[in-house]
Amino acid sequence: MNDQRLESIIGNLLRAGVLISAVIVLAGGVMYLAQNASAQASYHAFVDEQASLRSVQGIVRSAAHFDSRGLIQFGLLLLIATPVARVIMAVVGFYLERDRMYAIVSLIVLAVLVFSLLRAT
Amino acid sequence: MTVLVFTLVVWAVSTLAGFLGSLTGLGGGVIIIPVLSLALGVDIKYAIGASLVSVIATSSGAAAAYVREGYSNIRIGLFLEIATTIGAVVGAFLAAYTSTHIIAIIFGLVLMQAAWQSVFNATPENSPPIESDAWGKRLRLGGDFPVDGRRQEYGVRNVRTGFSLMFGAGTLSGLLGIGSGAVKVIAMDRAMKIPFKVSTTTSNFMIGVTAAASAGVYLSRGYVDPRVAMPVMLGVLGGAFLGTKALVNARVRTLRIVFAAVIVLLAIEMIVNGVTGKV
Repeated sequence: MNDQRLESIIGNLLRAGVLISAVIVLAGGVMYLAQNASAQASYHAFVDEQASLRSVQGIVRSAAHFDSRGLIQFGLLLLIATPVARVIMAVVGFYLERDRMYAIVSLIVLAVLVFSLLRAT
Repeated sequence: MTVLVFTLVVWAVSTLAGFLGSLTGLGGGVIIIPVLSLALGVDIKYAIGASLVSVIATSSGAAAAYVREGYSNIRIGLFLEIATTIGAVVGAFLAAYTSTHIIAIIFGLVLMQAAWQSVFNATPENSPPIESDAWGKRLRLGGDFPVDGRRQEYGVRNVRTGFSLMFGAGTLSGLLGIGSGAVKVIAMDRAMKIPFKVSTTTSNFMIGVTAAASAGVYLSRGYVDPRVAMPVMLGVLGGAFLGTKALVNARVRTLRIVFAAVIVLLAIEMIVNGVTGKV
């Protein structure tokens, strides 16, 4: 394992993650447009988003029911997960490279990331 | 405006935002937020949520390609990310005690100056590669990147200054919400003497991680509206892909000018927001 190989693995992983999330968002978007294309768009007032689209469990549940907005939100969740996956891959990769210093550096970043994600929920 | 027209307009604008964001390492928020909130009348909270999505989409979309091209430096990115994330936590804490509109105005003025420096006071593109200083060597931050089909090595200097600036970048993003990408690129380019393309692409890597850290808060508060975020995400991804292709062949001089133009836009936004008290 060296830097170049690590970077190409991370690159491929990212590419797959981004592509899958885009396909899901596109599918949800097409469904949503098919139902609402000619409705009036009005987003000038902040309405409390329905709870099912604000929590991970709620999003997964409504996506499983093929609700269009739930699908979009699920794709967005996958997108949000890609940077986290990148940092996890870096931790593992530097460990395999036996690069202790950078394994610890990426572990610290991961810890702060997980901390701030958990604090929100 | 019908939903279809809205979706198409937002998609088109987001493509441009993703293109410029990936080219400059700044993310797409500079364009997304004002277009959504001022031109299309979308509530600022949805605009902020969409901007967050756009930053992650720019970062991950472009990075998949950049990493393979061998531009971004993952060691520099992760090392500096420690300072940025801690700074962001401090900034969010300070926001309760400081008057952010004055900070926004000062930050705007600093950005104007930085834009000027970045174009008119830049190290020449073909100057000989510099050596890492003591800290750069100790942390093994140096690397190499492609120039005209060959790999060119580079060193990293002034690590402590860069690290402090990154802490400042994080604090600002915690205080003001946007603008941390600008400080990241400037710190790497100006202080740490990292080649411009490596600076912008490494910033691209970092802004995604920083944004993901705050995604949980925005999602659970309902800022991320799927109807607004959907065209933003799809447009930005496409734009980021095109931006990546353009970066590989672009001249550094051109990139610096585009970078400066976007920075000036950001500065004007900051100053206007500060004066009108919207921050």
